[in-house]
Amino acid sequence: MKMEHYYQPEIECASREQIKAWQDERLVAQVRHLWEHVPYYRKKMEEKGVTLDDVQSSADLQKLPFMTKTDLRDAYPYGLLAKPLSECVRIHSTSGTTGKRVVAFYTQHDIDLWEDCCARAIVAAGGSKEDVCQVSYGYGLFTGGAGLNGGAHKVGCLTVPISSGNTERQIMFLKDLNATILCCTPSYAAFLGETMKEMGMAPDQIPLKAGIFGAEAWSEEMRHDIEATLGIKAYDIYGLTELSGPGVAFECSAQCGMHINEDHFIAEIIDPDTGEVLPEGEKGELVFTSITKEAFPMVRYRTRDICVLSREKCSCGRTHVKMHKPMGRSDDMLIIRGVNVFPSQIETVLLNHGYSANYQIIVDRVKATDTLDIHVEMTPEIFTDNLGEISRRQKELADGMRSMLGLSAKVTLVAPKSIVRSEGKAVRVIDRRKI
Amino acid sequence: MSVKQISVFLENKPGMMSNMTEVLAKNRIDMRALSLAETSEFGIVRIIVDDVYAATTVLKDEGYVHNVTDVLGVAIPDEPGGLNHVVQILSAASINVEYMYAFLGGKDAEHAYMILKVENLEAAMSALAAKNMQSLTQDEIANL
Repeated sequence: MKMEHYYQPEIECASREQIKAWQDERLVAQVRHLWEHVPYYRKKMEEKGVTLDDVQSSADLQKLPFMTKTDLRDAYPYGLLAKPLSECVRIHSTSGTTGKRVVAFYTQHDIDLWEDCCARAIVAAGGSKEDVCQVSYGYGLFTGGAGLNGGAHKVGCLTVPISSGNTERQIMFLKDLNATILCCTPSYAAFLGETMKEMGMAPDQIPLKAGIFGAEAWSEEMRHDIEATLGIKAYDIYGLTELSGPGVAFECSAQCGMHINEDHFIAEIIDPDTGEVLPEGEKGELVFTSITKEAFPMVRYRTRDICVLSREKCSCGRTHVKMHKPMGRSDDMLIIRGVNVFPSQIETVLLNHGYSANYQIIVDRVKATDTLDIHVEMTPEIFTDNLGEISRRQKELADGMRSMLGLSAKVTLVAPKSIVRSEGKAVRVIDRRKI
Repeated sequence: MSVKQISVFLENKPGMMSNMTEVLAKNRIDMRALSLAETSEFGIVRIIVDDVYAATTVLKDEGYVHNVTDVLGVAIPDEPGGLNHVVQILSAASINVEYMYAFLGGKDAEHAYMILKVENLEAAMSALAAKNMQSLTQDEIANL
């Protein structure tokens, strides 16, 4: 039987009482830190009639006002900074796909704790100092490269800071340097697998054993696909720049939900419409409070990710709460003809029908009616010389979409590689409606 | 003895066909015959070429989804009733033709050539052979 390894066992497997004690103490200190150093947040507290005396333990979290992307935008760039710039050592910034860039600040202590979180994820995926870890996330302002790079160093892996891009060099390094762990976005992992296949390379020609994939939504079907084409175990990792970066939560050997690092973050699930905290196990918007951050603390930050928390005992021995794979962002959610549609649902249907995960969703409005057009790339696996057969499969796919989404979609087969792959995040949705 | 047909997936929009023919032209691939089947969104271009290996290699390199199908090639006298004779033989043998297209011979002015996609290739070739009609080989096509 496989032995489970931990980077910080005394924390990752701590008793629930111990975790609660950390959270109580650290939350009070974090809120005090904000009250004293971030006038922007103090004002929000005052407007809500909350003072420091109202926050005595983690049970008082619900009294505090939310922070949202709008706050980050309004306070840009220094309005939420809680330490003097002279004590900050680095910034990172979001890709800016939704509105203005977010700039987050880090002290050396913040970076240390963040790298610990990433190290936990790498060890949970089976990493140790014997491993070669190829980090194919982008380096730079994006947190992916820096976070996993730091985590891999802490674990003691031989780290290959290759960053994203140049797919053939990626494959050459995987092969020649015997990389055993790959870190990148799931769409890039799928692309690497696809390219390897085209080059006539079988999964057993590279020693890769695990992948740590995050920074975008991906489905269970996509996981199976990546695991098969690369011959690895694929682990999910979750995070956001606002909170530090990847490593806020990570998957363990159970591959069923991601453990949230509760010694650094408190998670809540709320009703996205009313802001009410929902009972354990209900689906809603994920909200995080950082409790150990110095330079850029976040209290009740609304992530827009829709998911469920689970406190069931995990087979890996970790005691921290698990979050299920986000079902999509409330930002990503499309409302088409009044129906809520998540791109991840579309991806699931495509993969179930043998199509590739390279797709694009085009929403438009024609004569006051929303249209949903799904472009998916033709692959050698589904191509046949028989026109009728292709049309039949196309119809089956459209039927599958209708039963999954509850509305009809037009499926268009497009030429291979015609959907642009970004080396970071894939552009999945084009909404042309002018509302 | 059959002929190799290459079927290529193309989107049904301007420029798609010319991109493909340019790839073939650049690589000096000589086409013997071409037929296009299309829906409103995509099409399948079926081609018969002199060098199947070279053609599939360049198509793969250029990222075209394609496959190779065995089809029946028949030379028929270029005169009234020539095609009818072949079709009658297949019909009598209960062989279903999925699709077919014709081309004229290069150096050979006496014959026209038919490419037929049939359900049962072996049975079709035997039926023709029984009536003294030889089906073409890929080499014969290449040397036309």
